Amino acid sequence: MTATEKWYEKSGEQGDVVISSRIRLARNLKNYPFPHLLSVQQKTEIAMKVKEALEQSNSYIAKEFQFISMSELSAAQTGSLMERHIISPEFANDRKGKYLLLTKDETVSIMINEEDHLRIQVLTEGLSLDKAYETADKIDTLLDNALGFAFHDKLGYLTQCPTNIGTGLRASVMLHLPSLQSSKVVERLKDNLSKIGLTLRGTFGEGTQALGGMYQLSNQVTLGISEETAIENLKSVAMQVIDNERTVRSQFCKRTETQDYIMRCLGTLKYAVLMSNQESMKLLSAVRMGINEKLIEEDIAKVTKLMIILQPYTLIKNAEKELSPTQRDLLRAKILKETLT
Amino acid sequence: MLCELCGKHQATTYSKTIVNGEYTEMYLCSECAKAKGIGINNIFSQTATDFSSFLGSFFGGGLPSRTSATRCKSCGSAFTDIARSGKVGCAECYSNFYEELLPSIQKIHGNIQHRGKVPTGASAEVKRKRDIEKTKRELEQAIKEENFELAVKLRDKIKEMEGGGNHDSN
Repeated sequence: MTATEKWYEKSGEQGDVVISSRIRLARNLKNYPFPHLLSVQQKTEIAMKVKEALEQSNSYIAKEFQFISMSELSAAQTGSLMERHIISPEFANDRKGKYLLLTKDETVSIMINEEDHLRIQVLTEGLSLDKAYETADKIDTLLDNALGFAFHDKLGYLTQCPTNIGTGLRASVMLHLPSLQSSKVVERLKDNLSKIGLTLRGTFGEGTQALGGMYQLSNQVTLGISEETAIENLKSVAMQVIDNERTVRSQFCKRTETQDYIMRCLGTLKYAVLMSNQESMKLLSAVRMGINEKLIEEDIAKVTKLMIILQPYTLIKNAEKELSPTQRDLLRAKILKETLT
Repeated sequence: MLCELCGKHQATTYSKTIVNGEYTEMYLCSECAKAKGIGINNIFSQTATDFSSFLGSFFGGGLPSRTSATRCKSCGSAFTDIARSGKVGCAECYSNFYEELLPSIQKIHGNIQHRGKVPTGASAEVKRKRDIEKTKRELEQAIKEENFELAVKLRDKIKEMEGGGNHDSN
């Protein structure tokens, strides 16, 4: 672990419910077809152009980037990038011709040759969409000046999938909603959100499970709405969801049965010898809620970090050796024992 | 087969959704389909719109026959390729197949005019076009309100603005 703190090691604004904020801009270079029609050679050419554009800019942030060729990474390294939300699950598949620019603090990542030529992504702790957008906007302008992005005066920024044209902006917040999840409110909420152009998905996006009550709330519509309005809308809806979660949570935690459940979860985390990822996510989710409701005295950021670093690939990557499922479960239990007081 | 949403009624509607290239298939009963806004016509009303389900009929409603032989001059994609894969070939495809793509874009976003960031290079021209459009809307409003004095002023302003740059290619 480096000295630079990552987003998941800090607790931010509305940190009891909001884990992180993310801004993603989809951009394409003017004179190349979209990635699915490119050869590996052309893909590499684009990556080099982006790398050069960054290096030749005088921006201080340019010096923070590491250039990674995805095909040179191990499966564990790739999987861990996905578990830490730095790359999309899609980007982890078929890595030939795919490149990643990543800052040391893992806040800014640029996926090259995902669905679009560029996916500029900024990931920050807590509810901090404005701050994240400000950074993404700067990098976008800087790269646009050097590369020239495909733009249409009516349709805005052009992307491979028409669902992203316009601003190319996907703003999202990662929310911890254990109470809304267990009270089944989430399913109803999903329907209502889709009616106003927002979507609530599982931890890793479309079609994934919400492990440990972690959900992604994001905008769907990108054309006909400005970046600022899209972010404002998302923020205001997020605040409603947050308030709702808090209300249900505090009622929930007043019950002796809930308190008993949360403390049992903590006990299992501290004393188990074998711990699967699924189980640790479930237990940590309950403990996280217990900390917020002052039932447990513990650092909230520590628990969030555990939820990230105990995932299978990240565990292997940090151990720097292959681990069988049983070895992983042993190591996971050991780290939990050492970390939780 | 029962409806995958309520699990109670017989499924009568098949919905296919594409979000960011990912397919979701669903069999729905008529009630759930109606509730999700599939098969009804008020698709453009912002409040009652289930955006995800509209992606379902992404390039639906049959392919325009006249374009089947036309290919994008830049990447060689035919519109049928785009419709089949759900993937647009290149930036130029949006201009070459503008008319064909527009209904889908309207369905997805409920809108066909970008209102966000404009790249620095394109900004002056785009701003000018936007200003002209805005003034045209004001002119329409003035005529509607029978404020002819203002209408004349706005008409002259538009003329002047349109003369101030390259003519609108669209």
